Amino acid sequence: MATYLEFIQQNEERDGVRFSWNVWPSSRLEATRMVVPLACLLTPLKERPDLPPVQYEPVLCSRPTCKAILNPLCQVDYRAKLWACNFCFQRNQFPPAYAGISEVNQPAELMPQFSTIEYRGAPSPLIFLYVVDTCLEDDDLQALKESLQMSLSLLPPDALVGLITFGRMVQVHELSCEGISKSYVFRGTKDLTAKQIQVSVQLPQERPSVSTRFLQPIHKIDMNLTDLLGELQRDPWPVPQGKRPLRSTGVALSIAVGLLEGTFPNTGARIMLFTGGPPTQGPGMVVGDELKVPIRSWHDIEKDNARFMKKATKHYEMLANRTAANGHCIDIYACALDQTGLLEMKCCPNLTGGYMVMGDSFNTSLFKQTFQRIFSKDFNGNFRMAFGATLEVKTSRELKVAGAIGPCVSLNVKGPCVSENELGVGGTSQWKICGLDPTTTLGIYFEVVNQHNAPIPQGGRGAIQFVTHYQHSSTQRRIRVTTVARNWADVQSQLKHIEAAFDQEAAAVLMARLGVFRAESEEGPDVLRWLDRQLIRLFMFHLRRSPFLQVFNNSPDESSYYRHHFARQDLTQSLIMIQPILEDPRRSLTVLQPVLLDSSSILADRILLMDTFFQIVIYLGETIAQWRKAGYQDMPEYENFKHLLQAPLDDAQEILQARFPMPRYIHTEHGGSQARFLLSKVNPSQTHNNLYTHNNLYAWGQETGAPILTDDVSLQVFMDHLKKLAVSSAC
Amino acid sequence: MNVNQSAPPVPPFGQPQPVYAGYHQSSYGGQPGSTAAPTPYGAYNGPVPGYQQTPPPGVSRAPASSGAPPASTAQGPCGQTAYGQFGQGDVQNGPSSGVQMQRLPGSQPFASAPLAPVVSQPAVLQPYGPPPTSAQVTAQLAGMQISGAVAPAPPASGLGYGPPTSLASASGSFPNSGLYGSYPQGQAPPLGQGHPGAQPPQRSVPPQASSFTSPASGGPRMPSMTGPLLPGQSFGGPPVSQPNHVSSPPPQALPPGTQMTGPPGPPPPMHSSQQPGYQLQQNGSFGPARGPQSNYGSPYPGAATFGSQPGPPQPLPPKRLDPDAIPSPIQVIEDDRNNRGSEPFVTGVRGQVPPLVTTNFLVKDQGNASPRYIRCTSYNIPCTSDMAKQAQVPLAAVIKPLARLPPEEASPYVVDHGESGPLRCNRCKAYMCPFMQFVEGGRRFQCCFCSCINDVPPQYFQHLDHTGKRVDAYDRPELSLGSYEFLATVDYCKNNKFPIPPAFIFMIDVSYNAVRSGLVRLLCEELKSLLDFLPREGGAEESAIRVGFVTYNKVLHFYNVKSSLAQPQMMVVSDVGDMFVPLLDGFLVNVSESRAVITSLLDQIPEMFADTRETETVFAPVIQAGMEALKAAECAGKLFLFHTSLPIAEAPGKLKNRDDRKLINTDKEKTLFQPQSGAYQTLAKECVAQGCCVDLFLFPNQYVDVATLSVVPQLTGGSVYKYACFQVENDQERFLSDLRRDVQKVVGFDAVMRVRTSTGIRAVDFFGAFYMSNTTDVELAGLDGDKTVTVEFKHDDRLNEENGALLQCALLYTSCAGQRRLRIHNLALNCCTQLADLYRNCETDTLINYMAKFAYRGVLSSPVKTVRDTLITQCAQILACYRKNCASPSSAGQLILPECMKLLPVYLNCVLKSEVLQPGAEVTTDDRAYVRQLVTSMDVAETNVFFYPRLLPLTKSPIENTTEPPAVRASEERLSNGDIYLLENGLNLFLWVGASVQQGVVQSVFGVSSFSQITSGLSVLPVLDNLLSKKVRGLIDGLRAQRSRYMKLIVVKQEDKLEMLFKHFLVEDKSLSGGASYVDFLCHMHKEIRQLLS
Repeated sequence: MATYLEFIQQNEERDGVRFSWNVWPSSRLEATRMVVPLACLLTPLKERPDLPPVQYEPVLCSRPTCKAILNPLCQVDYRAKLWACNFCFQRNQFPPAYAGISEVNQPAELMPQFSTIEYRGAPSPLIFLYVVDTCLEDDDLQALKESLQMSLSLLPPDALVGLITFGRMVQVHELSCEGISKSYVFRGTKDLTAKQIQVSVQLPQERPSVSTRFLQPIHKIDMNLTDLLGELQRDPWPVPQGKRPLRSTGVALSIAVGLLEGTFPNTGARIMLFTGGPPTQGPGMVVGDELKVPIRSWHDIEKDNARFMKKATKHYEMLANRTAANGHCIDIYACALDQTGLLEMKCCPNLTGGYMVMGDSFNTSLFKQTFQRIFSKDFNGNFRMAFGATLEVKTSRELKVAGAIGPCVSLNVKGPCVSENELGVGGTSQWKICGLDPTTTLGIYFEVVNQHNAPIPQGGRGAIQFVTHYQHSSTQRRIRVTTVARNWADVQSQLKHIEAAFDQEAAAVLMARLGVFRAESEEGPDVLRWLDRQLIRLFMFHLRRSPFLQVFNNSPDESSYYRHHFARQDLTQSLIMIQPILEDPRRSLTVLQPVLLDSSSILADRILLMDTFFQIVIYLGETIAQWRKAGYQDMPEYENFKHLLQAPLDDAQEILQARFPMPRYIHTEHGGSQARFLLSKVNPSQTHNNLYTHNNLYAWGQETGAPILTDDVSLQVFMDHLKKLAVSSAC
Repeated sequence: MNVNQSAPPVPPFGQPQPVYAGYHQSSYGGQPGSTAAPTPYGAYNGPVPGYQQTPPPGVSRAPASSGAPPASTAQGPCGQTAYGQFGQGDVQNGPSSGVQMQRLPGSQPFASAPLAPVVSQPAVLQPYGPPPTSAQVTAQLAGMQISGAVAPAPPASGLGYGPPTSLASASGSFPNSGLYGSYPQGQAPPLGQGHPGAQPPQRSVPPQASSFTSPASGGPRMPSMTGPLLPGQSFGGPPVSQPNHVSSPPPQALPPGTQMTGPPGPPPPMHSSQQPGYQLQQNGSFGPARGPQSNYGSPYPGAATFGSQPGPPQPLPPKRLDPDAIPSPIQVIEDDRNNRGSEPFVTGVRGQVPPLVTTNFLVKDQGNASPRYIRCTSYNIPCTSDMAKQAQVPLAAVIKPLARLPPEEASPYVVDHGESGPLRCNRCKAYMCPFMQFVEGGRRFQCCFCSCINDVPPQYFQHLDHTGKRVDAYDRPELSLGSYEFLATVDYCKNNKFPIPPAFIFMIDVSYNAVRSGLVRLLCEELKSLLDFLPREGGAEESAIRVGFVTYNKVLHFYNVKSSLAQPQMMVVSDVGDMFVPLLDGFLVNVSESRAVITSLLDQIPEMFADTRETETVFAPVIQAGMEALKAAECAGKLFLFHTSLPIAEAPGKLKNRDDRKLINTDKEKTLFQPQSGAYQTLAKECVAQGCCVDLFLFPNQYVDVATLSVVPQLTGGSVYKYACFQVENDQERFLSDLRRDVQKVVGFDAVMRVRTSTGIRAVDFFGAFYMSNTTDVELAGLDGDKTVTVEFKHDDRLNEENGALLQCALLYTSCAGQRRLRIHNLALNCCTQLADLYRNCETDTLINYMAKFAYRGVLSSPVKTVRDTLITQCAQILACYRKNCASPSSAGQLILPECMKLLPVYLNCVLKSEVLQPGAEVTTDDRAYVRQLVTSMDVAETNVFFYPRLLPLTKSPIENTTEPPAVRASEERLSNGDIYLLENGLNLFLWVGASVQQGVVQSVFGVSSFSQITSGLSVLPVLDNLLSKKVRGLIDGLRAQRSRYMKLIVVKQEDKLEMLFKHFLVEDKSLSGGASYVDFLCHMHKEIRQLLS
């Protein structure tokens, strides 16, 4: 038998699932003692080039409360043409179409290698609705217009597109008119219901989608829209000195939501909001237009000084919920030097599975390439996006599902497998994920409910079925079914097994998600305390210092941004986020070698490459920087040095190519202001506090790394402390 | 007699007054009067001649004239006595220049006709009396017959007048509708009614009269009449006055009844005495019997107002006044033209009465504002408020600050005082003007308004000459002219910023009706070229005005027509509940820069909405949008709204159809004139604050509630145009012509007008299209050359004769190029301590302008009946005061009118019977509201022709003579069925074709061979190459050119259905809606006066 490592890897490859425990403790009591909950990271649409969808409907269990889908784990009686549901043990007849099945003639869904299978359904259109802020600087607006025009060529040709622009007012553009461009204008200060919007834009009351002039197939209005975008003017209303432009983001978004709600409910649609600053008026305003009043900071929020935050958050939450209910998703592309209100708006992408992209300007490659990457295609030439998914989780009787954490909303479907304890978004066995891509990953948490005194028979297996209905980017509706099973084990007798089957990485990420989920809703210190309590035996030093839990030095928007991505990326990326990778290309000239993420690694003669997921930092040590300044790299005799300088660049490029969203790329050197990105991440084994107390007074600047100006404790101290605690608690 | 009274005074008419007296006598005194006649005549003649002769000069003239006899040829003969006026009248009317008497018979059937046989007529006759008694009689007889013929009524009229029996009881019963009925029916009655009562006695009395009487059956009736009733009733009753009359004509008065009864035979005090007596009687009788004037009023509207009252009781003699014998507007106008049209009117002299508005004259500004800018009801103001109260003559000025001038006259000079701005009095803030007195060698000046002494700033200092005048007086417009402009400094600008050039926004209804009628297409096509003719200032090559476009139905569509765009952008705003402007840049553009985009837009608008099914519209949000757009652009401007229907879509300012004809003649009638909601006033206020003027073009197919829709235009100095049942084929010319004119005319924006006066009087009330947020400043979002503001003054102290009274009207406005300016008009008036001076310097046209506006405003708050009564009372008081204080003593039976006001009754009657105050069955509520608001900003010339239309015979004068033919009086009697006439009142234009017009004429004008082939209702005359056709079309064009609105031509054939419409404009006749004829009204007025006097 393969090692657990291989097993885990295989499973991940095939099903997109990683469990914290791969052998499950057989009773509630034991499971609770294990601290790390039984949970998994599920990537519902994991790319499976080898998995062509089957062309028929799935076979369902006939028990109304179950409706599990026929899977390889089911017991099948080929003669009687019966199958037993492995979740509820209901015996079901095969449908007539399956009359010909036998042991040798099995349908795909019964073959073990098809523990994940995809069914195909009816097509429905894809919709892209651009919501564009026009209160931008000319450069920015120009860049944005170009990006948008470019994107038209990337869209599926039969996708419907729509355009809403906003500034002080909100304009909904009609795309089908010749000779004159027509738009409906709304005041930016007044929210409207979907009904009012429909009336306002004069959509017919019945079957409004039939004649919608606002959403047109891209191939029909390509030219029109290109011209329209070309003629977009900056918001013409004068912005007096000392004021922010009036930006009606809240209403614009509301209108976009309302428009789709009225015309294409339950059809895959992506609302793409491009904004260059905070909403400053109307519902959803985040800050007033007086420049002298800065946008809220964490400090203000803690002091309860953020006047608009609650109201705005409520507004966007309402929108997000409506959008989710309609099966649409909202992306936010916010490019500004200051905050743009992501804190308040985060729920829109978070609840609907939309993207959140944060940058300094639309005129940066960060934005341009990120945006472009949204329309990248997979090996089949399909867009890497899916819409309007519902994820249903079914469990065998010993298990119940406690909740999910990820870009989803609850569908509030109670059932026999729903736990009363909630972890993340719980109380349901179904979730809606309005927008997802092949990397979208949810953390799903389970509870073992088997009582200690009712042992599971030896060799028993627990099963979980994940059923994802979604709209594929090719416009087809599809159903992907993943059925997994794991062995039960008695902790007393099989502790070894269980330990060996522990997936540390998955567990770390799952715990981190729980932590972040709590951080979103609770006070920071409480969460840290909770985490410390939970993880006393887990060494999650870096998570503790990460921006997902620490808000120090981050704006509320940044925190929101980081947490957004943390909650949807897959395991690998999540790990990078928790513990950035620091590499030193000098160890071997071709391959970067990881080094300790510690201040002691920051040496004068080093080149370092740090990847935090959000930033890629290339750092040149003091000596290297001097060499470079001296121009050695240009001298033929120091070609070696040139390669040395080039290596991290190539590597960074590689990462940049693959990652979404594009990370911020930072090239800095010793003493550079941008070096702070590196310094803030490393373990502060040397700080201004202990620089002198440890005996390395004279060592600094030579081989001992750089001191970090922080009051945080170093990993060493943290560990010491932990040890002390562990001992004391043991008593 | 006459002479005495006014004698010297009245310049023009000099003695005219007497005339009246004469008239009076004649009429009432009836025949008896005839005896009296002689005197009147004499007077009359005197006056007449005087009148005519009298040249321009004011006062001086009068005497002379009086002296001088019969300028008027016709009159000449009769000339003397009271007749005078009548005589004139006759002459004027003068179909026949011949002797008055003669005319009578011929021309006016009715005249004498009236029932009241003899009696009443005699009175009339009197004037003629002397000469041709017999003739008169005959005439009368004839009249009677006619009357009879016309309406069997006569007898009825008898009733009215007090048919015998009735009389007796009558007093009680008067009111009989009987009269009424009769009245209306028979034309005849009119006179009779009026006078009836009175007359009877007279007849009997006067010797001559007797003669009449005899002939007339009247005699007999008389008796019956005699009944007490007579008196009062006939005149309508000045109930109150009764006491008075008693006193005055005691003798008879007492006896009245008796006399009456006594009738013919006995009575007869001297004729002279008779008259009085008669009158008295009347008074007496009436008084008691009927209600006071008020009654009059009331009945009027309802039925034949006075007719009825008087009628019943008095059997009176249906005598009839000779229409030719009563003052004729036509004659007055012609005389003034002849006398004053030839020389320029020089404004240097204080208190000069200018020529009539109907006279074509040039003005030379020598220190007072031209009458084109300011006209006053009187140029001689009583020194004290007591006098003013006594006279009851409203003191008002009709001001048209931006009036257009004929090309021969220079527009006001612009004075630039640089940084310091215009020089003003420190205390009252009056602007420097020619009346300011420089003292102390020129170092100071005394304000002519408040007497404050001010320092002359050094840079303005100038030495004085030996007369105390600045030596540079003639170099400075503000020291030598009545009208001039100052460039305003930044202190005079809103927010202390010089204004941006204004903008025009075209807001076009594109609902189903507008599209279907072809309006949208027509308008868009027209705008393409019209935009090249936006008003520009001086020699500017290009107008500074920017334009913007909005279309709407129940939502609004704004257009971005920025020059850099390849195609226009349309922005739809459907949130009409909370209007806003969706764009800033690109909405208001310079025409030449954005021409291509604008043209493209105007091409597309009709296409875009060609298939519209939207029938609902909004209105208030449209104005709101325009106003917000101007606010956003921080400029003033004008909205041109083209609207078709009642705004019933859900939005602010939504209206419901509340047209209810049942309300007419009830106390609730006023609600028809009031706006439905206060929302429009609020909106208007905001518009005014922004300098947003609204011009409204309405194209209704049904009720649109003009009363409410016109609130904003009205309060923002805008205009309303209404084209009912608009069809491109029929109405395009009128609409386009109005539109062109409206767009091209020079407008001032964001204006504030302030009228300052000498200490002693004060502007207290203002009428016109504007808004006032306090009691002194007239705020006009926009003001064009057609808009007039009528200002009423009241005393708050004494004036003194030496200084006179000064008016200064200062208008601060933004020109169409965006320049902030002050236009100043100054006018100096005389002050008097003698009432006679007041009456001698009045201008009836202006008075009517004021009274009409006053009455038209009154209908908003009072029942129409009350308004009418008020007018009549005031008029009677004015005339009675004159009679009492200025006229030479004469018999009460004489109606004596001041020369300057002799047309007051006829004009006032026209006001009373206008559709606002007395609607006919075919007049819609919208029409009334429309006219009501039109009149509010009319100038004197417009009200004049509007109330008394011009009726021009086209085929009377030789074809070669292409000048405007002399008008004839607006009465059916004046139409001959062998001629063609043009009638116009500034809004309507009719071509009336007599049934027996020569074929040749028909052929030349209409291009068809016979009368029957002429299309009734035709609105365009064929262009034919012959003299007559050219002349007629030329005349029509000429008339149109004189008016501020295009008059659509309607061809009316005699005896055709359309003739009813036409007849409405024959204002001297009784109207279908119950309006009195001129003659009747005059009689009624006389009665009122007598009651007041007695």
